[in-house]
Amino acid sequence: MSSLDELYRAVLLDHYTRPRNRGVVEGDGSAVDLRNPSCGDTIHLTLRLDEAGRIAEVRFLGQGCSISQASASIMTEAVKGKPAAEAVALAERFKAMLRGEAELAPEDGDLAALEGVRQFPVRVKCATLAWNALEKALATATGGRAEGAEG
Amino acid sequence: MSMELDVRRIREDFPILRRQVNGRPLVYLDSAATSQKPEAVLAAVDRYYRETNANVHRAIHTLGEQATEAYERARARVARFVGAGDPRGLIFVRNTTEAINLVAWGWARQNLKPGDEILLTEMEHHSNIVPWQLVARETGASLVYVRLTPDGELDWADFKAKLGRRTRIVAVAHVSNVLGTVNPVDAICSEAHRAGAVVLVDGAQSVPHMPVDVGAIGCDFLAFSGHKMLGPMGIGALWGRPEILEGTEPLFGGGEMIAEVFPDHSTWNELPWKFEAGTPNVAGAIGLEAAVEYLEGLGMEAVAAHERELSRYAYERLERVEGLRIYGPRPPEKSHAGVVTFNLLSVHPHDLSMILDQRAVAVRAGHHCAQPLMRWLDVPSTARASFYVYTLPEEIDILAEALEEAREYFSHVLLG
Repeated sequence: MSSLDELYRAVLLDHYTRPRNRGVVEGDGSAVDLRNPSCGDTIHLTLRLDEAGRIAEVRFLGQGCSISQASASIMTEAVKGKPAAEAVALAERFKAMLRGEAELAPEDGDLAALEGVRQFPVRVKCATLAWNALEKALATATGGRAEGAEG
Repeated sequence: MSMELDVRRIREDFPILRRQVNGRPLVYLDSAATSQKPEAVLAAVDRYYRETNANVHRAIHTLGEQATEAYERARARVARFVGAGDPRGLIFVRNTTEAINLVAWGWARQNLKPGDEILLTEMEHHSNIVPWQLVARETGASLVYVRLTPDGELDWADFKAKLGRRTRIVAVAHVSNVLGTVNPVDAICSEAHRAGAVVLVDGAQSVPHMPVDVGAIGCDFLAFSGHKMLGPMGIGALWGRPEILEGTEPLFGGGEMIAEVFPDHSTWNELPWKFEAGTPNVAGAIGLEAAVEYLEGLGMEAVAAHERELSRYAYERLERVEGLRIYGPRPPEKSHAGVVTFNLLSVHPHDLSMILDQRAVAVRAGHHCAQPLMRWLDVPSTARASFYVYTLPEEIDILAEALEEAREYFSHVLLG
């Protein structure tokens, strides 16, 4: 498989063309807008936690390259239903994977579709945009309690 | 002077063009971002550090004298290159951005008041927008933008309508870094002067690519960068009419720019040194002089003709790539510099650029530091191929083939 095919895996392209959880969670006070100023990728992320502190709903809107948009879609599927602290831990593990400092676990599922990004350092910031938005939204939603927790 | 460039011969002067990228010969189509450097420039910088390096305008010793002489000779040469007989008007800065900021802070901040207007266009680079926003905030002046025609040219009627008694300065790109539009800066200057406004021409994309003569244009300021015209990074110039520069405040204070320093105040050095605080980029200036010499050897008319021909060919060839949308005025009917901007169906330019890079084709992808223009085009970003003296028509063929491959690659996405 060429490194290009490795980057643009079928799963990634599938999330790009048919993004999951696109939209807005109404009434979310922790909505986050992030952009990569150098390339113009944008994300608007909203979410809702249930009483138990689990991510009951998470949705995104945005514009950008296939990597940034697929990563957002994959992220929403991966964290939905997870406790906030676990989602933050997953975000950290995902970012460490992109830095080449960690490997994904088998249960991380579609996240593996983004492993190919590692070979293209200029695209790493595209893949992390949605995850940075998630961490920021969770920090607001939990009043900072989800930060640094281990899942 | 030959009117046709011997591009194969020219390419031998550029060591980087022998590089391979991803196992293929580099196809460098990003010269509007920065140009590659010929041996002559690399050697001039190297020779300066090996043989002449000393601080300028300070030392009495031999090296100091030679370095000063070389630096000032570079100034005169670069000034002549843009048609300025008087080197006092040529200030060395880092780049176009710094040159524009010098005018914004040194001239506009002193001269603008609430109600005054700064006239820009919708095709400006951020470096010719943001400094004016900052100065407008500081002075209470307001920003007015000239609209574009659907083709991506300046709307002349709109320019005439917006140019008025309140207009104090017109700041306009000579050549758009995105659309390749060549603006009629001479006509803009005569209209603006009749209205009592001064004109700054952003020459970042014109000085490297065509004959530019400040006298013929009639501008008050011209800003340009060395690194886009075969010179080193970190050197550029602001040319200003000496009468206006006399009334312009320095941007930085420090050594070299003073006449006398007292505990509570100082008096300024003469032009151009009052604008050059601290040790300047002497090697950069000497490298830029070598670049100017190289370009003059080719002849700027020939350089411009070569790029016009490449643009014409690029349009002709790229228009045959199915699904490719090309922006900007169409050559040869409309005047168009060596910049071609496009999008391939709904493929994001970053994805496109990455696929092209696998074919060793280097293009720029993104908003090109021109977000207002991207809004006008109604796209978040575009891809851009840009040409220079070392660009071969065959490289445009390689680009076109790579674009066709990219379309194949993404076809299941685009059709899915």
